[in-house]
Amino acid sequence: MRIDPKKCVGCANCVPVCPMGAIAVSPALNRAVVDADACVECFTCFRGMSKEHLNPTFVRAVRRVAKWARFRFDPEPDVCPTDALAPEELTWPRIVRRAFSDPQVPHESTGIHGRGTAEVKTNDVTGRVKEGEAGCVIEFGRPGVGARFRDIERMTRALAALGVFFEPMNPVTTLMADAKAGTIRSDILDEKVLSAIVEIKVPFERVPEVLAKVREVSRTLDTVVAVGVSTRCHPDGNEPLRALLEREGYVAYRGKTNLGLGRVTVPGAKAPEAAAAGPAARVREAT
Amino acid sequence: MTNTLHRYSEHYARGTGDDVRPVTDDYIVFAMASKGVNDDAVAEKYRAFLRLALKFQPVNIGDATHGGWLRPKRDLTPTNHWTRAHVPDPEAVLKGIDGPSTVAAVFDRYENMKAFVDALVEADIGVSVNIAAPMDSAHRCCKDAGIARHSVEYSLGFQGRLDKLPEARTLELSTMCGHGMVSASFARKMLDWVKENRRTPAEAAAYMARFCSCGVFNVKRAERLLEEARSGASGASGAAQKADGGKPSR
Repeated sequence: MRIDPKKCVGCANCVPVCPMGAIAVSPALNRAVVDADACVECFTCFRGMSKEHLNPTFVRAVRRVAKWARFRFDPEPDVCPTDALAPEELTWPRIVRRAFSDPQVPHESTGIHGRGTAEVKTNDVTGRVKEGEAGCVIEFGRPGVGARFRDIERMTRALAALGVFFEPMNPVTTLMADAKAGTIRSDILDEKVLSAIVEIKVPFERVPEVLAKVREVSRTLDTVVAVGVSTRCHPDGNEPLRALLEREGYVAYRGKTNLGLGRVTVPGAKAPEAAAAGPAARVREAT
Repeated sequence: MTNTLHRYSEHYARGTGDDVRPVTDDYIVFAMASKGVNDDAVAEKYRAFLRLALKFQPVNIGDATHGGWLRPKRDLTPTNHWTRAHVPDPEAVLKGIDGPSTVAAVFDRYENMKAFVDALVEADIGVSVNIAAPMDSAHRCCKDAGIARHSVEYSLGFQGRLDKLPEARTLELSTMCGHGMVSASFARKMLDWVKENRRTPAEAAAYMARFCSCGVFNVKRAERLLEEARSGASGASGAAQKADGGKPSR
């Protein structure tokens, strides 16, 4: 992202809007500038701010007068008055930043928007995580910190050494040079993203071991790590994961619950378990 | 859309004791199709999901590819500084759905979420449906609706460089857009503006909601948090540095 110096009036509305704090008003230029190394190409400034199309010369003149008179400004805080935000054409490897940072760009590897992961959100029709298994989502960079692939690789290598299974339909996995070793392509290691999610699957009993390793490696990283753990419920809707997590000292307060309402509707598609039967079967199961 | 998994509340720092106020005004129900399995006529399925949601007083709805019902405008005029209306536009969300995506509806009352889930079971739309909320609430909702949970995913909070996180109340606001599009700096600015009486909580919440690119920002919870900040009521507390899911630091 860049800010067009011919249009920018230095109003600074875009400064706090940037999730990475990558925008500042240059005292020398009196224009907002983007720190390209800190910018993750999330497009929050460009997409999230409303735009006016005022004449920059006129706005600067008004601002100079107001500043001289020490007037207090009270503009709308989410508006760029001169439409000065200008996306740049991104090339490899920088384009990776946008793929992992702009949730409105689908990941090519999975076709999914957001972070490009399905996790157990569609487990009722994919059967991705089965009873006796656990899925772990290890997210780097959120909220509001950002992460470099070099840090992410440190975690994936450590997890690979444990012999975990990396979910193949995951954007980070598709950028691995060697999934067995957990190495990520060397040409993107210095790229910074707003967030990236590593997805693994392990036998249920190995969850404590994996969580301990994640905690150990997290302490060595220059970013924040958020962890989620999932499992398939028993047919009666109960599950053993919460008790395990609480035994391990975690607060299992918040999460996602797949209601099992999905079913196969594409002709010829295969259904895992009872997915073809739809919710009615599971309602009967529950009652 | 792990963007709804790690919505901060003081439970991450303080656990689930009796002195920790439960989150009772933030329930997200979202739908997600799976490629090649149930993504036929997916836009119409998503529209059916959201049309149904609108019957149960959601506080926001959204489509992950186009945003929520409060969106930025590309063509404001200077008069908007005095006349700008923060009016939700659900029709824009419905019209904008054009293919693969994820759609969500946010509720600030359990009863409304529950009624919506009941209606979804009846409607049998065919896509996967999830609740992102306190797990006990979601479990109760499933029991009340007579369905067995299929799968669960627990948020275990944050680890690593917790010193880089903002303070708790800011985090509570900014993580309501889990994609990270509501920056901590902007949330802090809105908290300050409300305290300075430069904007109302409703206006400040609407500004933040426009940055949320999939419509899961809960404007009512945001208004409550902003009002509490202004009135000094006890809301989120505890340093974000302790926000590691309750695991004792070593």
